[in-house]
Amino acid sequence: MPNADASTPEALERLERRRSWRAQQARARRREQSVILHGFDEAGALSLFAWNFIKRWYRRPFEGRELLHQMDEVGSKSYVLTAVTGFAIGVVLAMQSRGTLVRFGAEAVLPNMLALSVFKEIGPVITSLVLAGRLGAGMGAEIGSMRVTEQIDALEVAALKPFHYLVITRVLACMIMFPVLTIWTDMIAMSGGYLESVISSDTDYRVFFNTAFESLRFSDLIVDTMKTSVFGFIVAIVSCFKGYHVKGGTREVGQAAMQAVVVSSLLIFLADVLMVRLSLMLFGAF
Amino acid sequence: MQPDTSIAISVADLTKSFGDNTVLRGITMDVPTGTTAVVMGGSGSGKSVLIKSIVRLIRPDAGEVWIRGERVDQMDEDDLDRIRLSIGYLFQSGALFDSMTVYENLDFILDRHTPLDADERGDVIMEALEWVKLPEHANKFPAELSGGQKKRVGLARAIILQPDVLFYDEPTTGLDPVSVRLVSELVKRLRDDRGISSVAITHDLLCAEIIADQVFFLHEGRFVVSGPLDEVRRSSIPEVSNFYRQSR
Repeated sequence: MPNADASTPEALERLERRRSWRAQQARARRREQSVILHGFDEAGALSLFAWNFIKRWYRRPFEGRELLHQMDEVGSKSYVLTAVTGFAIGVVLAMQSRGTLVRFGAEAVLPNMLALSVFKEIGPVITSLVLAGRLGAGMGAEIGSMRVTEQIDALEVAALKPFHYLVITRVLACMIMFPVLTIWTDMIAMSGGYLESVISSDTDYRVFFNTAFESLRFSDLIVDTMKTSVFGFIVAIVSCFKGYHVKGGTREVGQAAMQAVVVSSLLIFLADVLMVRLSLMLFGAF
Repeated sequence: MQPDTSIAISVADLTKSFGDNTVLRGITMDVPTGTTAVVMGGSGSGKSVLIKSIVRLIRPDAGEVWIRGERVDQMDEDDLDRIRLSIGYLFQSGALFDSMTVYENLDFILDRHTPLDADERGDVIMEALEWVKLPEHANKFPAELSGGQKKRVGLARAIILQPDVLFYDEPTTGLDPVSVRLVSELVKRLRDDRGISSVAITHDLLCAEIIADQVFFLHEGRFVVSGPLDEVRRSSIPEVSNFYRQSR
């Protein structure tokens, strides 16, 4: 490439353009290098967002109608999905375990094993992950598109408190509905396990369910179901946070929806480990 | 600084930066009560940042903003909400709530901010829609409206609480000349009939000709010239004369 002659305005402009392009490249490189710092920034901003929820959820205005609408959105549009998931879990878990238990002559404990697995761990975690996929993406995309089309600004400038209307209602709806949907999924999973037992060994339903529930303590049921309230909080707060802070256009809205699912799923696993550890410390091992 | 009560909106030494990029560099402007100030300037000159800083959608770095004698740049959230009940804002895209019908868009605000019952709210809403000449579109969703219709519904929503001060963000961008004239005439009527004070940002010369009492020309974060439109158009400042030459 010939050397630019800096004596003409065109050449000066060309030099300026090159300098600007090099500066842009350098900035992009610095951004890539600072990905860890960016992660810390995001974690800090998310914590602040969650703290805002804790500070404001009990303050006026109370968006009761919107809360009911969101509970309906979470519940009525997810119960079929979680039922299918629960049924598959119950049937597969019973099929997979039966062979091993028969080998050790312990087939009779299949209902106990199924109940413990479903109610204590698999039901709450799988239900929450399925809901994270369905609701996280939806909330991230909906709130994100409201942000880029200035609808959130319109709420703000009309003194309509968008944080209350959009975030608090969704988070509370998830915290209330996740345990409800988990109990529903657990029951369907147990029904799936029972169906497998009927087909495989013609088990009586009274024997199956009596055996299943005698192994569970009420405190287990409460603690393990209610931990999904925390998962609901995680899914909603992460998704709302991602949507609320979208900058740009449709591409960024799509990314926010995807990140909402990924981050909330990872945080569900992390929170599960912490809560199981805490529950073992408080209530002891079964 | 305590502004004159005959001044509806006053901005003093307003500064705003995003990272290394300084967008507003000491903006000062006064808008007398019952008049319309139009901020003009090229794309990226900081017009939207200015209007959003005035209503505190963006928090300015420095400077003062007064609306009807109250300083808003340092207000807490509750006071800010109180002041916002007396201002209206028309967004560039209309920013209508897309999950609601036109009627519900207006009712959403009335229901939360007035003690009116459903029938009374209905009367107010239909009156507002008749004023923007769209009563037959009450049950449509925003996606079913044209660009000009969205702006007019946005305008109806902005005035539904009968504000004293209005802000217009590019009220006629993307509209055909007939719609530009229609929307601009509505803006002018708000000033003439209701005495509303307003700030409009636009680069549409036809709109400015219809609505402007005074024009502020923004370039690289500073007002380079201000005054009546004719005076500003005759400015010899190259950026200003270029802008108006290209706008013809």
